[in-house]
Amino acid sequence: MVHSWSGPAQPSSGRLPHAFTTPGTSSFVEFLAGHAPELLPGNRPLPAGDVQAPHGTTIVALTFDGGVVVAGDRRATMGSMIASRHIEKVFPADEFSAVGIAGTAGLAIELVRLFQLELEHYEKIEGSLLSLDGKANRLATMIRGNLGLAMQGLAVVPLFGGYDLDRGVGRIFSYDVTGGRYEEHDHHAVGSGSVFARGSLKKRWRAGMDATDAVRVAVEALVDAADDDSATGGPDTARRIWPVVATVTAAGYLRVPDDELATAVATVEQTRSDVRREGDTR
Amino acid sequence: MSMPFYVSPEQLMKDRADYARKGIARGRSVVVLQYDDGVAFATENPSRALHKISEIYDRIAFAAVGKYNEFENLRVAGVRYADLRGYSYDRVDVTARGLANAYAQTLGTVFTTESKPLEVELVVVEVGREPAGDQIYRLSYDGSVTDEHGWVVMGGQADRLAGVLESGWRPGMTLSEVLGVAVRALGSSGEDGEPRALDASQLEVAVLDRTRPRRAFRRLTGALLEDVLGGAGAPGAGEGPSSA
Repeated sequence: MVHSWSGPAQPSSGRLPHAFTTPGTSSFVEFLAGHAPELLPGNRPLPAGDVQAPHGTTIVALTFDGGVVVAGDRRATMGSMIASRHIEKVFPADEFSAVGIAGTAGLAIELVRLFQLELEHYEKIEGSLLSLDGKANRLATMIRGNLGLAMQGLAVVPLFGGYDLDRGVGRIFSYDVTGGRYEEHDHHAVGSGSVFARGSLKKRWRAGMDATDAVRVAVEALVDAADDDSATGGPDTARRIWPVVATVTAAGYLRVPDDELATAVATVEQTRSDVRREGDTR
Repeated sequence: MSMPFYVSPEQLMKDRADYARKGIARGRSVVVLQYDDGVAFATENPSRALHKISEIYDRIAFAAVGKYNEFENLRVAGVRYADLRGYSYDRVDVTARGLANAYAQTLGTVFTTESKPLEVELVVVEVGREPAGDQIYRLSYDGSVTDEHGWVVMGGQADRLAGVLESGWRPGMTLSEVLGVAVRALGSSGEDGEPRALDASQLEVAVLDRTRPRRAFRRLTGALLEDVLGGAGAPGAGEGPSSA
């Protein structure tokens, strides 16, 4: 199915169409639904049958003292093939929140782009930030719009983490394909390797950790997921491909730099090889 | 049924232009000035919520004078235009020129076809990586566009303020210096003498700062604004802004 779109619609006089000057909504998604619905991800008809597309896998999130960490591995798979070994699946949603996505990579990235724009659009029009719950609910609405695609196997499952400016804490929200929104406590993981990552997080997470410890716990959870799940990629020391790890605190979104991740990965691997040398096969 | 009076097109347009011009001159002025690291906007506006200066996109800002409901509507339209364009193409493909054209068409169409022209005057600014890359477009109520350099003043007693800016502004000034000029211009009064000293709480000030990575727009308020204004004691800054 081909949808052509030749730039913003302009009536013959050249003035901005009425949809642009109609007051009311501060939502970019609602504006698109009225003015250019074909640009919304959930509004495209799909051919029947299975669609083979790259799939993103494991995302973990955990809270620490004064913020939240969201991290994702770098692998995308298509069936039994590795579609990409350096895909990025964790993004800043705005200054005070991060979103990680598992599921059909193409749709997920489009959804994230739209979500980022939705938050920025609101901020510009209203002159103030949405509350963290407001952001989480907007994401739920957008996932719900994708249900038709999800039923055909093109599901997108995000994990949303942010710093709540009113309460001064980091919070985590998970979603299901129907747009159900669930607040998670302490830590959570989604995607194919999430079972293993959750096991790891349960053992490693401690209340009152600082950001450095939290980053290490997140990396360790991803290493554990990669250990047992073929669709999750572990850190690649030869190519220097590290997971994408972001912290969100009162100071805003910060992507953890590669050298810090290299250190975290080295620490995790060193600890494990030390354990082996002591005769304990973990 | 009586025949409508014949009104010549010249007279019709002149009446509309006079009407719009009167509306625009009633409000307070907005000044826009280039400085070394970007473009500064300033106006006398005691409201913290009803803005005349706003962000449109990463490197584009908007300032307006005239009727609030009319320019607010255009501002929202501009944000929608820019976000839609950036979503369909890429963020770098959103330009002030495109937006200025869309505004010009809209203002022009309303001026000629609707019963009342929009009583607004706008400035659309895009900040470049270098001062030479800055673009400043001024849009009038009738849809005419002018490409400005250096500084712009619109609304209120624009002609008189232009004199102050003309003598005070030069290329390559710092932010403190241009704000010093802006505050002096905004506080200068008519023929009855005494210039007013404006303090931070009476001003709405924002900048497009070219050194910021993505979103260049930043509002200067409270202590931050007082600091910047306090540094305005450059030679020739007549009455320094009060330190209140």
